[in-house]
Amino acid sequence: MNQILTSKWTKVVVFPLCLAPLGWLVWRGLHDDLTADPIAFITHTTGDWTLRFVVITLAITPLRKILRLPQLIRFRRMFGLFAFFYAFLHFSTWIGLDKFFAWSEMWKDVEKRRFITVGFTGFVLLIPLAITSTAGWIRRLGGKRWQMLHRLIYVTAVLGVIHYYWLVKSDVRKPLVYAFLVGMLLAWRLGVWLIGRRGQPVSGSVRPPAATAESA
Amino acid sequence: MVVKKQPDLTYKDVTPKAFYMGRRNFLLGLLVTLGAVEAWKKLPAVLAGAGTGSVPVKLSGYTKWPGSTTEQETPIEKVTTYNNFYEFGTDKGDPSQNAKNFVTTPWTVSVEGECAKPRKYSMDDIMKLAPLEERIYRHRCVEGWSIVVPWIGYSLSAILKLAEPGPKAKYVAFESYYDPKQMPLARSSGIQLPYVEGLRLDEAMNPLTLLCVGMYGETLPNQDGAPVRLVIPWKYGFKSIKSLVRIRFVKDMPDTTWNLYASNEYGFYSNVNPNVDHPRWSQATERRLGPGLGLFTRRIPTLMFNGYADQVASMYAGMDLRKNY
Repeated sequence: MNQILTSKWTKVVVFPLCLAPLGWLVWRGLHDDLTADPIAFITHTTGDWTLRFVVITLAITPLRKILRLPQLIRFRRMFGLFAFFYAFLHFSTWIGLDKFFAWSEMWKDVEKRRFITVGFTGFVLLIPLAITSTAGWIRRLGGKRWQMLHRLIYVTAVLGVIHYYWLVKSDVRKPLVYAFLVGMLLAWRLGVWLIGRRGQPVSGSVRPPAATAESA
Repeated sequence: MVVKKQPDLTYKDVTPKAFYMGRRNFLLGLLVTLGAVEAWKKLPAVLAGAGTGSVPVKLSGYTKWPGSTTEQETPIEKVTTYNNFYEFGTDKGDPSQNAKNFVTTPWTVSVEGECAKPRKYSMDDIMKLAPLEERIYRHRCVEGWSIVVPWIGYSLSAILKLAEPGPKAKYVAFESYYDPKQMPLARSSGIQLPYVEGLRLDEAMNPLTLLCVGMYGETLPNQDGAPVRLVIPWKYGFKSIKSLVRIRFVKDMPDTTWNLYASNEYGFYSNVNPNVDHPRWSQATERRLGPGLGLFTRRIPTLMFNGYADQVASMYAGMDLRKNY
């Protein structure tokens, strides 16, 4: 398995697969098949895929540990950037197609509508993560600080779920599925942190020195 | 500045033969997977025995109502594939898939409550009770989109008058058909069913309030509320109850489904009003679903009472419409 994961071809396959949801939208657009309300459909689809990629990104570390597949780390940045990519499309659809660049109206929405406020915040928090996703930035910030910064994804994940939960009318099953997944993935981290803390009560260093950017 | 020279391609970089040769299999696999996903989605309809439900038939002998809007009609394909009918699923595309097997014959509408002449009407009775008219109305959903639909029917007042409502009849309560066997997705809709709605008596008697049996020249498709529904063009779409089975004259303001679900978001009146926002979104504008892809359609301003103020505003004179939303 690790051999497949380390092959350079795996990324070549995974990357277009991550683009497939966008390709699917474009395909349906070209075939006049974006439902009666295409703007709403694109907004919902890109929003859905943002949450999916956030969940996938958050699942990498637990899966590495549980399945003993450390090489999975190679894909985390790509999945994280795809989360940002779909969030960006989601946000742009709202700005450009839905609100047609009516900035003042949009800003009022951000201030006034709590589901938009949390969604907007979640997106803004992803921006520094996307910018500092390069190896250069990890070096510049130092592994520990970089890791602290990138824990913002936990906040985005929670805000994203709340955003979804608050916007649906009555059928909350899908938002609850995301809430469950994000909850499990964060609970796993909390568990690891608590165990780690109990393991070394007085040593002074909070984390073992081996902790690098790769183990967030 | 140091420019690193990239090494030339080496044997290491050559695409493995298996991968190169396998690209067609990969594409084929992708297609098979997509096909399987589509088939899986259709499975519930297939298991339920597709093609057993009621289908629209052509209507004739209706006249054209002079008050129709001249705005461009929404194409029928959009009105029949983009529905809020939670008994058949909560996604907009669900009802057109899941209502296919809905059987609407025989059908009766019971008129009862505070009236001198309660009665059960068959669908045949309803079709002949008053002359049918085609009325092209604007229809505004509380979610912020709107359509223009040529409905067929007559004023609800025709059937209400026959019942001779008594002095205690202040409101009219409406109820939709509900059968969990025919509506397997209804339980996960999140709302209390059967769907109930209500109007004040004067609203119900207003000539604009339509008892609707068809659209686009045919009887109603299942997903649009077959065989008989209400259309109340100056109120948000959810007031226009579908698949109607009960009309009851009552003394007190009746329960309504969305108000029961979230009374701060959906009021009893729910008149279209650009000045009173839904707590979670603005009602100032709407997206008109028209012909074409509609990807670059600008929002248009929402009109007070959805543009029917002349006919209905007087009923609300002196009322605080912010409180009575």
